[in-house]
Amino acid sequence: MQISGAQMVIEALIAEGVDTVFGYPGGAIMNVYDEIYKQDKFQHILTRHEQAAVHAAEGYSKASAKVGVAMITSGPGFTNAVTGLADAYMDSIPLVVISGQVPMSLIGTDAFQEIDAVGISRSCTKHNYLVTDAADLPRILKEAFYIARSGRPGPVHVDIPKDVTAQIAEFDYDVALDLETYKPHTKGNPRQIKKAMEAIANAKRPLFYLGGGIINSNAADEVRELVHTTGIPAVETFMARGTLSHDDKLLIGMLGMHGSYAANMAMSETDLVIALGARFDDRVTGKLSEFAKNAAVIHVDIDPASISKLVNANYPIVGDIKNVVNEMLSQCSIVDAQNYEQWRETIINFNELHPLTYHEDSDRLKPQWVVQRVGELLGDDANISTDVGQHQMWTAQFYPFSRPRQFISSGGLGTMGFGFPAAMGVKAATPEKTSINFTGDGSILMNCQELMTAVEKKLPVINIILNNNFLGMVRQWQTLFYDKRHSETDLSVQPDFVKLAEAFGGIGYRVKTKEEFDAALKDAVEKNVVAFIEVIVERFENVLPMVPSGGSLFNMMLLEKKENK
Amino acid sequence: MNDNNARRVVSVIVVNEASVLSRITDLFSGRGYNITSLTVAPIPESKYSRLTIVTSGSVRVIEQITKQLHKLIPVLRVYEHEDMVEKEMALVKFPITENLSDINAICEAYNGKIVNVGENIVIAMVSDEPKRIDNYLNAVKRYNPKEIVRSGAVALER
Repeated sequence: MQISGAQMVIEALIAEGVDTVFGYPGGAIMNVYDEIYKQDKFQHILTRHEQAAVHAAEGYSKASAKVGVAMITSGPGFTNAVTGLADAYMDSIPLVVISGQVPMSLIGTDAFQEIDAVGISRSCTKHNYLVTDAADLPRILKEAFYIARSGRPGPVHVDIPKDVTAQIAEFDYDVALDLETYKPHTKGNPRQIKKAMEAIANAKRPLFYLGGGIINSNAADEVRELVHTTGIPAVETFMARGTLSHDDKLLIGMLGMHGSYAANMAMSETDLVIALGARFDDRVTGKLSEFAKNAAVIHVDIDPASISKLVNANYPIVGDIKNVVNEMLSQCSIVDAQNYEQWRETIINFNELHPLTYHEDSDRLKPQWVVQRVGELLGDDANISTDVGQHQMWTAQFYPFSRPRQFISSGGLGTMGFGFPAAMGVKAATPEKTSINFTGDGSILMNCQELMTAVEKKLPVINIILNNNFLGMVRQWQTLFYDKRHSETDLSVQPDFVKLAEAFGGIGYRVKTKEEFDAALKDAVEKNVVAFIEVIVERFENVLPMVPSGGSLFNMMLLEKKENK
Repeated sequence: MNDNNARRVVSVIVVNEASVLSRITDLFSGRGYNITSLTVAPIPESKYSRLTIVTSGSVRVIEQITKQLHKLIPVLRVYEHEDMVEKEMALVKFPITENLSDINAICEAYNGKIVNVGENIVIAMVSDEPKRIDNYLNAVKRYNPKEIVRSGAVALER
């Protein structure tokens, strides 16, 4: 059929099964928005900032396992969205982000709201396109969705000049994709897998190192089975939280800079690292030369460039985690879970020596208590987003995650302002779950305008603001490494968060005690409206344990031991 | 030459489309890799172009470069050359007052000759392995070269 470029965008989104688009209109994308107005196949959620549109699409994608879609205009609309693209790129989140561009005849003339969008997005997307002919649009959009979700997922940016959206051309979405140069390798090499299984069978202290790739591959069930069948203990990265349930006996905990003592010690003592969809990030490994020093490494990843990038893999396996783990499961008979009994004991001892905990030694609430309390009250019924900083680490440490895609956070890029819009996307994708965003008094102000979106679109996100009147994580580093010179991190001057929420039509609570917190959370969940729960917490609480930047995992700063009150 | 900074030649076959060169060069600059020289031209009767990149780095760095290049969507193939025929061209402008028979004789030793004669200058062309081009340029220093242009290397695996 002969239709306009703008209509093609709509038809392609419908054909891809998109039910929600996040975006913000503007001059160069108006033709597409005109077609959005005329259709009723998907909903459009108008955020109040383009960055939030992309973060919302990320949250939507992470919670739903579908490709997230955001739409923005040219120039500032696009540049505002760049942080979201970079965030999705770092965390391998499949997105298609469509931007308007000035008409072809004006490209290169410094036209109004012109920016070289594909030039900017090149380094923070998996791929990008500048569409120069509407006839190419069906193929490009189809490729964009395919590239975004296949292989190692990631954001794809499609920049469409305004005149191309007006151009009429033939639309046929049933064309077969012909990407001769892009063929992701999804099936692991059987010989390598066999060798890896033999290495596991021969290891004395093997350790699963579970990464976010498991969640992207929807392979948590298979990984759970593999862990339980082999009886091998597991550590999770920040991005993998929820792969194993918090109460799983074989889950040691999160590893890395703020990982548990037991997890980091296990990684330091293991003789065989079994990395599944993890990428040996510096926040995980600490000092590379000391990381799992005496261990051989099995590394399974769909991205060949992740393998042996930082730590040499003795058993590299390129493939989709789900396929590879299924293959591993079929060869599990050579592994005897009894062999690791002593190793499991050792790890239990690590955990008893320095369990992950905190002291109730302040008149103010402890932020960790708040996270734990939400876990007790909501547990599996909530999806948990976070912003970036101390609250994010406390959430990763203390929330009892029980399933994949329950925890949505900005891991690689560490984007303050991610949490609230992402939580809106999560709510749009999973309306049956309570959507909680743990945030801080610093982060929440970076996208608080989204109160308006959430109220308008009835996306009742409950933002729990752990307020310590500090840019807490930076303050912690200043306390520890800069001789307590708290340069520009004191956030004593603040808005009235209760009134701020109310000004947008949300509901606000300020709580100082456990009873007040319970009451506020109960009320917010029952009322099912957009909420800010500001919790006044201990100002100088540090995230512990901690591996100082560049230090070795086995050299942690630990919580001082004392009796709880 | 220590291993950490060894010279390497990488050939990349890419779809011949808009901005594909920027994708490659952005990858090098963004990840902090070196480009010593870069040549690009379309492969006859195909939709592909061939790039020859001379770079340097440790085995691990080169492995990463190769993998990262391969991750780019329009990249079809990446070869790190081990056993190759490698050639580079240089054009050099000399004053016509220099000893032209000497210059021509040296050029011949490097697969070249004087290719253009003007009112005041001559232009000589040589084509040889990059290292031999270095030698040639050293050898002709005494003839006061006015301008030198090198093409960057092209390579084919044997």
